[in-house]
Amino acid sequence: MTKRLNELVARAEMLNQDYTLPEVRRWKATTGGLAIGYMPVYVPRELLHSQGVLPVGIVGAGADLEIIRGDAYYQSYICHLPRSTIELGLNGSLDCLDGMLFPATCDVIRNLSGMWKMLFPEKLSRYVDVPQNFDPETGGAFFRAELEELCADLTVRGARAFEPDALRKSIETYNENRKLVRSLYEQRLAEPWRLPTHELYLFLRAGLAMPVEEHTAMLGEYLEETTLCTDRVPMDQARVVLTGSFCEQPPIGLIKTLERSGCYIVDDDFIQIHRWIRSDIPSDGDPFDNLVQAFLADSIASPIRYIDEDVKGQELCDRVRHCEAEGVLFCAPSFCDPALLDQPMAVAAVEAAEIPWTSFKFSENSGQFQVIREQAGTFADSIKLWSGR
Amino acid sequence: MGNSPEGTAVQKDRSQERQKQMIADHFTRLSKAEDLGEKCVYTFVPGNLTELLLSFDIAPVLPEINALQSGMRGKSREYISTAEKLGHSEDVCTYVKCDLGMMKSGNVGPTGERLPPPGLLLLSYTGCFTFLKWFEILKQEYDCPVSMLHVPYQGEGRVTDSMREYVVKQLKEKVIPSLEKLTGKAYDEDRLKELLARSARAEDDLVHVLESAKHRPSPIDAYFGGVYYIGPIFTAFRGTEDAVEYYKELRSEVDERVRLGKGPVTPDGELDKERFRIVVEGPPNWTHFREFWKMFSDEGAVVVASTYTKVGGVYDYGFRHDPDRPLESLAEYCMGCYTNLNIPSRIQMLNRYMKEYEADGLLINSVKSCNSFSAGQLLILREVEKATGRPGGFVESDLVDPRYFSAANIKNRLESYFQMIEQKRGGGA
Repeated sequence: MTKRLNELVARAEMLNQDYTLPEVRRWKATTGGLAIGYMPVYVPRELLHSQGVLPVGIVGAGADLEIIRGDAYYQSYICHLPRSTIELGLNGSLDCLDGMLFPATCDVIRNLSGMWKMLFPEKLSRYVDVPQNFDPETGGAFFRAELEELCADLTVRGARAFEPDALRKSIETYNENRKLVRSLYEQRLAEPWRLPTHELYLFLRAGLAMPVEEHTAMLGEYLEETTLCTDRVPMDQARVVLTGSFCEQPPIGLIKTLERSGCYIVDDDFIQIHRWIRSDIPSDGDPFDNLVQAFLADSIASPIRYIDEDVKGQELCDRVRHCEAEGVLFCAPSFCDPALLDQPMAVAAVEAAEIPWTSFKFSENSGQFQVIREQAGTFADSIKLWSGR
Repeated sequence: MGNSPEGTAVQKDRSQERQKQMIADHFTRLSKAEDLGEKCVYTFVPGNLTELLLSFDIAPVLPEINALQSGMRGKSREYISTAEKLGHSEDVCTYVKCDLGMMKSGNVGPTGERLPPPGLLLLSYTGCFTFLKWFEILKQEYDCPVSMLHVPYQGEGRVTDSMREYVVKQLKEKVIPSLEKLTGKAYDEDRLKELLARSARAEDDLVHVLESAKHRPSPIDAYFGGVYYIGPIFTAFRGTEDAVEYYKELRSEVDERVRLGKGPVTPDGELDKERFRIVVEGPPNWTHFREFWKMFSDEGAVVVASTYTKVGGVYDYGFRHDPDRPLESLAEYCMGCYTNLNIPSRIQMLNRYMKEYEADGLLINSVKSCNSFSAGQLLILREVEKATGRPGGFVESDLVDPRYFSAANIKNRLESYFQMIEQKRGGGA
């Protein structure tokens, strides 16, 4: 590991551990702009950026924050993410945010949008509905109207008014960021030992709470440094695709555990907003329409997105083939409706394609990984020893 | 919703007998549908488009109703277990698992007759994310098309023009063509208008019945009794002459109870003394419905208003299906269902019920299966307590998974809750 790589990793680690969003506070102090939080999975960050707003991804608090008040708002059978988000809100960690956006991910995040209105009435709190009808004239028109309302709300709060050229530039800025994320994923696919997932994950997550331009520079440097690393050598590990963690994120210890148990994670759905739109969004023409069209026609297949004509689980099987993976890890958060209701259909698809799989659940504050380590280790061993691949 | 819970005889009014017959006839119709070439569409209660389906002579099948009926009949444990053995998580909605388990066990409905397979899955995605996954799962099981109607959530507490246009457009471009294709019939707007006019008449009477609980004593229980009252209008009968007649009859029975100063009919007969007037938030537990009800009636507690009875449509705020704006009116109906309202609107509704129905307190029955209802209920409880100064109570159970009904625990909590109300009254005096 190079000295610079060490420094980069340490910085990403620090940014992930500091719940008080230091980069956001610094940005606000420098620019005086608005910072708006957003929950998983998808919001069009380009639009906020074009209005001079810093979009800040909030994906809970991970394993280390003690949840005291957050638990008082949720029954035991609700996932962990909203508890830690409320905890962060109530303990002042999110004070630097001028508002929060709650996309149409599930009923829990949807209802949290209304809870936020009650708990933080002085802040902007908005539910961002996304269409499940993908016809540009129908779902597209609705989505555009939703986003126009969002623009207007931001302007009322002090953001710049919408301006097409600004959006064009923001689209290009995010295209650059997405391109680098894709490069990192391709690099990991080719040489997973050079970009261990527990490390790549830190960089993806750190990017949620810093300006996109800085994140892009950080990713570029990280990609470069990993190619200089000569002490990272391939090991006899099973190549797996991990799926189910698109909203609440597993603790970093769990990702390390999976890798140490003999798995190379060659594709995943962590911090999915970086890859929700598959390719570059055109910046010419009507940029608003381009943004809407990208959501309608170029989004990934996700359990939170209705699949009309396509076959459930097909995209997962395609990803497995593309990655030359040897198996699938279904790794969903406990009580996550979208992931867990989707899982049996995805399992049926991978079984039909004769792809080995195993499944387990986690919560962002899980602290014991021994059972999962044994399960994943056995799974990796079984692939290596018996699958004949 | 129309049958006696857990098979125990309860005192029945004429309207109840009528409703029982309507439901039995409907299931018989469904059992013969395949042989008679009748088209069936599976769809959901919130945001149901019953009048539109009936205008095409389509018989609606409502999987949630089948699931709750299975719960009442003691079948749900076995069905849920079947689904879990097939890989469905213990964490997710038990309606889905109960429905899937029933399907895997031969698709025999609540009356013991086989349900027909769907000709179409009409996915009215209203107020509940799970609906989307539910029909994706059923799509794997049935060789039939799915027609998706995405109903936007009232995140900002209002319906905008673009939301209405979005739903109407989907009705015109997706839903109606799929029904035309299924039946080979053309969309008949005049027929739809006739059905909607009948809906509005029934809705007037339903509101009259529900609001009768403002009287002291309340002539109805608006939760346990309420689920019977909403049965026809929430399911396959909205827009029919049967529904109009049912609600007319129910209204006159309730008016008579008011005139005589009678309390509601409970599992043990008429309630003599109304001791507590309660507002309830959340769906009931179906596996121990009667036992749960008795925990209230034994204490003289009457539910005077409930949010569950608004899950298939909120009519007491003035909404009526409007024959002059058929599709717009259907769109507004869908968007106005209770679980499609944001948390501040739900709190507002509960505060209003507490005041208008002169309730002693708010009780939340939080069901594990339903995040749409349950996520946020603890905040709702606090906010209503804060706004009204009346005590809140909280119990947990499930819709149809009997493993999550702990009778002793719930009874204990309810008794403590009623004692607390009593003490507060004493303190106030």
